[in-house]
Amino acid sequence: MSSVLYDVPGPRARLRNRILGVVTVLVVLAIVAVVVWRLAETGQFDGQKWSIFTYTGPWILLLRGLGATLAAFVVAAVGALALGFVLAVGRLSDHAWVRIPVGWIVEILRAIPVLIFMMLLYYGLPVAGVRMDPYGAVVIALIAYNGSVLAEALRAGVEALPRGQQEAGYAIGLRKNAVMRLILLPQAVRAMMPVIISQLVVALKDTALGFIITYPELLHYIQLLGGQVPFGTPLVPTAIVGGSIYVVLCLLLSYLAYRVERRTRRSPKTTWLEPPDGGEMTTATERIAVRRGAGAFDGTYQGPGI
Amino acid sequence: MDVSQLWLHALQGTLILFFAGGALALVLGIIVGTMRVSPVPVARAVGAVYVNWIRNTPLTLVMFFFAFCIPILVGPRMNSLALATTALGVYTATYVAETIRSGVNTVPVGQAEAARALGLGFGQVMSLVVLPQAFRSVIPPMVSVFIALLKNTTVAAGFSVLNLGSVALYLSEIREPGRSDNLLQTMMSGENLLLTLILIALIFVVLVLLLAWVQRVLEKKWRVQR
Repeated sequence: MSSVLYDVPGPRARLRNRILGVVTVLVVLAIVAVVVWRLAETGQFDGQKWSIFTYTGPWILLLRGLGATLAAFVVAAVGALALGFVLAVGRLSDHAWVRIPVGWIVEILRAIPVLIFMMLLYYGLPVAGVRMDPYGAVVIALIAYNGSVLAEALRAGVEALPRGQQEAGYAIGLRKNAVMRLILLPQAVRAMMPVIISQLVVALKDTALGFIITYPELLHYIQLLGGQVPFGTPLVPTAIVGGSIYVVLCLLLSYLAYRVERRTRRSPKTTWLEPPDGGEMTTATERIAVRRGAGAFDGTYQGPGI
Repeated sequence: MDVSQLWLHALQGTLILFFAGGALALVLGIIVGTMRVSPVPVARAVGAVYVNWIRNTPLTLVMFFFAFCIPILVGPRMNSLALATTALGVYTATYVAETIRSGVNTVPVGQAEAARALGLGFGQVMSLVVLPQAFRSVIPPMVSVFIALLKNTTVAAGFSVLNLGSVALYLSEIREPGRSDNLLQTMMSGENLLLTLILIALIFVVLVLLLAWVQRVLEKKWRVQR
């Protein structure tokens, strides 16, 4: 394979690469060995610590936590998509009195850390006399943050469309509403699908912040099970098992994003995004990023965001 | 500890998390990013596993692991600030690595081929042609990564680290009977948790908008014309 960084390797480069490969393997093995040694030394492989997973009770608790995580995620995802569309349309409005305030709202919602927003809702609002349960705080904060990020993605998608799309819509007699609903948004959604899904992965990951404001989700039950003294406080085993559940969930969603991105790339409906010299290595999203200038090039579409 | 000292310590905590975590993320991210674009298949695979694994783990879980499991494995009495900083660095490093990888990949292969055709050596190809272009396309997204890092410092609030994310809760514990004359003092005293949290949110909005402005300036200055 050839890259901008190196040419096709010759005999000397191949030898050097092989040596570097062996060194990498040795370093990784050394790190793994140290981790396993520490795990063994502190008795993390004891049967007592792992025996907690032979009972059904702990699994039911983990499932309950998973259920709470998914309950927050699903509502937050749907809400964020809805808010994202509303804010995106607001930011694209022809009326300055809509566009400018909505623009400020989006900027501010994106700048507030999600955890601070959750705390604001959970600890702050009761001061003003509004009771808020942790579930509500988690969901609302996630909707506000991810909705505003999605709004930016959708706006970028619409603005990257060729002007002719909009003009053709007006030319056949459609109103503003119909042009947006039937012509611009469907194309923007299709082009921005990878960004949208990776933002949903962010929402899923951020449900774990609920742990900090006492929402009993998966991480809460991991800690609860990890503190069980009869099993020798199996914190490390439960963190490994519970953590794997998170990783599998996010990987599933990320895999979906990857599949959708590949499908979008092949779709004949997005051929306007293809460059004349057939750059099959770039995606629709990347090209939109380039068209908008490097600003949209924030790397989020390559996988889950931050 | 009185109120103003608490705020100073909180600010200090956030700054340490941001700068030390960022430095660790840069060092680790550059190493992993280099592995991801290296000609050694094993190194690419190791980099990919690290990046995909950590990026699909919630930051809260990474910090949970560092705060509660690492002391069990390594030894008790570890500084919670140091643990949280390491967790932030390990988590953010994956984003730094991906930014570097995608930045390098935006440089067309033809650039290096043309440079080699002119007879430049490997060092010259890198220092005169490839890296200057890669650097330009890496910097703006890298600022985005650091904006996210700044916001993520608040997650340490859940793991007994005093920073801007947790200062409101610490304030509500010491709560001196107030002699607050103006709004700012009320906000800072923690008497009214809502106002205090709004102040903290405002601080973050200002800091993030500042970084976003820096990003826009750098972007205008270094836009690659292709």
